[in-house]
Amino acid sequence: MLRILSTFISGGVFGAGLLVSGMTDTRKVQGWLDIFGDWDPTLAFVLGGAILPMAIAWNIASRRARSVLGDAMPGKPGTEIDRNLVVGSLMFGAGWGLVGLCPGPAIASISWGGIGGAVFLLAMLAGMMMAPAFRARITTMATALS
Amino acid sequence: METDWIWGLVGGLMIGAAAAWHLLFNGRIMGASGIIGGLVDRTGWATWGERVAFIAGLALVPLLLRPVYNVPVVTNITGNLGAIVVAGLLVGIGTRLANGCTSGHGVCGISRFSLRGMGATIFYLLSGGLAVIVFRHLLEVI
Repeated sequence: MLRILSTFISGGVFGAGLLVSGMTDTRKVQGWLDIFGDWDPTLAFVLGGAILPMAIAWNIASRRARSVLGDAMPGKPGTEIDRNLVVGSLMFGAGWGLVGLCPGPAIASISWGGIGGAVFLLAMLAGMMMAPAFRARITTMATALS
Repeated sequence: METDWIWGLVGGLMIGAAAAWHLLFNGRIMGASGIIGGLVDRTGWATWGERVAFIAGLALVPLLLRPVYNVPVVTNITGNLGAIVVAGLLVGIGTRLANGCTSGHGVCGISRFSLRGMGATIFYLLSGGLAVIVFRHLLEVI
């Protein structure tokens, strides 16, 4: 039960942060990506602001065996930049630039309403459902090519 | 607006605090695509309660804040439904393939100098920038 409450809090603070930061506005996200247009620096402050407390948290976590609620801490990150990481990130970025929504704000957009956000969320869920088959397909294609 | 960056910084610190809480209390990396994706493809059903709670917090808390933080929410989402569907599919497939998005690879990965997190961020920024150039400046559809 404590874990449920704790994750509700992290989700909630995340949502509140998105609201306060102005990242609800897809044009600000696209404005940041638009380096040749009317560049909007806001997202850099959001990302920088988010990385700071998280860097401190990683430092604390490195000195603890377990979390406050008793879970094991995450292991060392992988170091391999593999095909799935590259192809997936390129696809994700294209969708992010096209509409200005990434998964966090897409979920939070339920809260600000609007048909566009809802359609995006449904399409994103459909994409997530298709992902395992897609992953298998590009693995097959890559094997055939090599 | 000139004050946008201050609110960006404050909101960013809140997002980072949420990720820090998630790590220190639950021992988990706060990645939005992984949390919801694990429910969609069933790989995370063992921890469905926590995942649903996270999504509920993310979706409902901004709504509950309305009485105290009542600024009009501007989304400026394009009216082009075709673009929205294509973008949603790309984000859904892409983040699951890459095993992370802006929160997991970006915020949580960069803050611990993860090679995969930094690599993913470079690739999605590159294609995101390219998408804006192509769809906004060349094709003028967004």
